[in-house]
Amino acid sequence: MIENSSTIANVSSDASKHQTAVSLPSSLPSSLPVVWMLAKREWVRFFRQPHRVVAAVGQPILFWILFGTGLHGAFRGNGDQGFMGYYLPGTVALILLFTAIFATISIIEDRREGFLQNVVVAAVPRWTIALGKTIGGAVIAWVQAAVFIGLLVAFGTIPFEWSLLSLGAFMALAALGMTALGVCMAWPLDSTQGFHALMNLCLMPMWLLSGAFFPIPIVNNDSPVGQSVMHWIMRSNPLTYPVAGMRWAMFPDMQTSTFWQPTVTMSWLVTLSFTLITLLAATLIVRRNAKGDIQ
Amino acid sequence: MIVDKHSSANDAVVVRGVSHKYQSNLAIDDLSFNLGAKQIVGILGPNGSGKSTLFRLISTMMPLQKGDIEVFGASTRNQIFAVRSRIGVVFQSPSLDRKLTVRENLDCQSALVGLSGAARCSRVAHVMKQLSISDRANDRCEKLSGGLKRRVEIAKGLLHHPRLLLLDEPSTGLDPVARLEMWKALSELKDSEDVTVVMTTHLLEEAEKCDLLLIMNRGKCVALDSPDSLRHASGGDAISIECLEPHAVASLLQKSFQWQPKVVGSQVRISIDSAAQHVAEISNLLGASMRSLTIARPSLEDVFIEKTGDRLF
Repeated sequence: MIENSSTIANVSSDASKHQTAVSLPSSLPSSLPVVWMLAKREWVRFFRQPHRVVAAVGQPILFWILFGTGLHGAFRGNGDQGFMGYYLPGTVALILLFTAIFATISIIEDRREGFLQNVVVAAVPRWTIALGKTIGGAVIAWVQAAVFIGLLVAFGTIPFEWSLLSLGAFMALAALGMTALGVCMAWPLDSTQGFHALMNLCLMPMWLLSGAFFPIPIVNNDSPVGQSVMHWIMRSNPLTYPVAGMRWAMFPDMQTSTFWQPTVTMSWLVTLSFTLITLLAATLIVRRNAKGDIQ
Repeated sequence: MIVDKHSSANDAVVVRGVSHKYQSNLAIDDLSFNLGAKQIVGILGPNGSGKSTLFRLISTMMPLQKGDIEVFGASTRNQIFAVRSRIGVVFQSPSLDRKLTVRENLDCQSALVGLSGAARCSRVAHVMKQLSISDRANDRCEKLSGGLKRRVEIAKGLLHHPRLLLLDEPSTGLDPVARLEMWKALSELKDSEDVTVVMTTHLLEEAEKCDLLLIMNRGKCVALDSPDSLRHASGGDAISIECLEPHAVASLLQKSFQWQPKVVGSQVRISIDSAAQHVAEISNLLGASMRSLTIARPSLEDVFIEKTGDRLF
C-alpha cells in the first residue's frame, strides 16, 4: 500500500517536473523580455568590441572635420551657413547609418558562429528576434549620435534649444528605420563580404543622395535633365526626410531659397512611415530560414 | 514499425513513415520507430546514414516532407512550439556567443525559451550548478576549453526543463577526459531530471554506453535495441580473417563448413559459436592465403556488418 502511494507520488512529480514557470511568449507583453534580452545582448557585445565604437563614431566625425574644412570655400549654401554647418545633420545620419550597419552585420556573424541555430529552434515568435536586434542596434546608434550632439552643444557649435528634443526623436526614428533596413539586408546573407557589397551598392548611395552631403537641387523649366533626375531621385529617397527633419531641428531658422528641402510635417510623416515599413519588413523577413541556418 | 521493447504509451519520440530528400538524394527512407522515455538513446550510423537529417527533423530545424514525428505526443508538423517547449537541443557546431559570459549566454537562451524574472535567475543558477560551471559563470565563453563549452551548451539545452534532450554528435572535438565528463553529466541528468537523451554518434565506445541504440544505414533503421541485446542476437564469436582474396576464401569456407561468411573489404567475417575450436581447421584449409585471424566477442561494428553487409567506417 505504501509502495503504491509512493509510486503515484513519483509519477505525479515526474509530470510536474517538466511543467515549470516556462510560459511561451506569444503576445506582445510576454514577448518583451525576449526583445529586451536580445537588445541588451547587442549593447553588451558592442562595448566589448572597442574597434566598433571607434569606427562608428570616429569615421563620421573625421569626415565632418575633413570635408567641412576642405569644402568650406567651395560650398554655396543658404545665407551665411558654411559647409561644416550644412554637413552636421549628414554627419549625424552617417553615425546612425554606420552603427546600424555594424549592428546588423552581427546577424551574419551570429549565423557563422552558430548563435542563430538557437533562434531557428527557439520557442518564441521570430518577430521578437527582429525587434530585439533592431532596438538593440538602434539604441547604440542613437546614444552615439546623442553624444556627438552633446559635444556640439558643449562647444557652442549648435545652440541648446527645445528643438533638440525633436532632433532626438528624428534620430530615434532614423536609427530604428536604418537598423531595421540593415536587418532586412543582412538576414538572407551568409557572408560579411556580401553585406559590404550590398552596403556599398545601396546604403552609401542612399546616404549620399539624401541631401546629407550636398543639397537637393531645385528644378524649374530651365533646369538641365540631369539636375531634374537628381532632384527626383533625392526626393524619392526615404533617408532625405529624416536628414531634413534633423536639419530643421538643428537650424529652425534655416532659409531654403537655394536648395529644395521637405517641410517639417512632410519630414515627420515620411520618416515615421519609413520606420514602420522597414520594421514590418524586418519582422516578416526573419520568418524565413536563411542559407547557413542549418549547419 | 520497429518498436523499442521498453516503450510505453508515453513514448518520447514516435516516427512514422518519414522520408526526406535533398533534391534527388534520399536521406531518410520510410523510417518508422518509437523510443521510450527516460533513457539514453544513441543513433549510430556512418556518414550519410541519415542520422543528422533525423536529428534536424525531430528538433524542428527542418520541415517534414513525408510522414509524421511526435515528441511526447506533440507533432513536429503542426505543433512546432509545443515540440520546442519539450525539447532541448545541443548542436554539433558551437552555438555560444563567444563575447558573452557563461551566465549571459544562459540568460539569453532563457529569454528564447520563455523564461524571465526570478524563474530565470534560479533556473540559470540551478543548471550551472548541475553541470559544474558555476565557478566559470562570469568568464567569457571565448576563454573556455572545449569540454566546458560543451557543458555550457548542454546547460542551455536544459534551461526550460525539456523532457527530451537532443544532441548532435556531442563528442565532436572533445578530448577523452572531456568526453567522459560530458557522459557523466548526461547520465546524472537522466536520473535527476528524468530527461530522455537522444544523441547521434559515430563513436562505438559512446554507443556502447547508451541504454538503447538505433542503428541507421542509408536512411533506414537497421536495428533498435540495447547494445547488449544487439551483440547477443548477433550470435557467438566473431572471426575475422584478413586475406588477399577474400571472395575466394569466403566461398571456400562456405563450401567446407556451410557457414555464411561475409566479405568486408579485405576481411572475411564469420559469426559462430565456440570459434576457438575451429581455428586449426580454418588454418589448415586456408594455409598461406590467410594473413591473420582474430577471434573476438561481437562488437557493435560486427552487429552493423551483420545487419547491412557494410563496414561502419
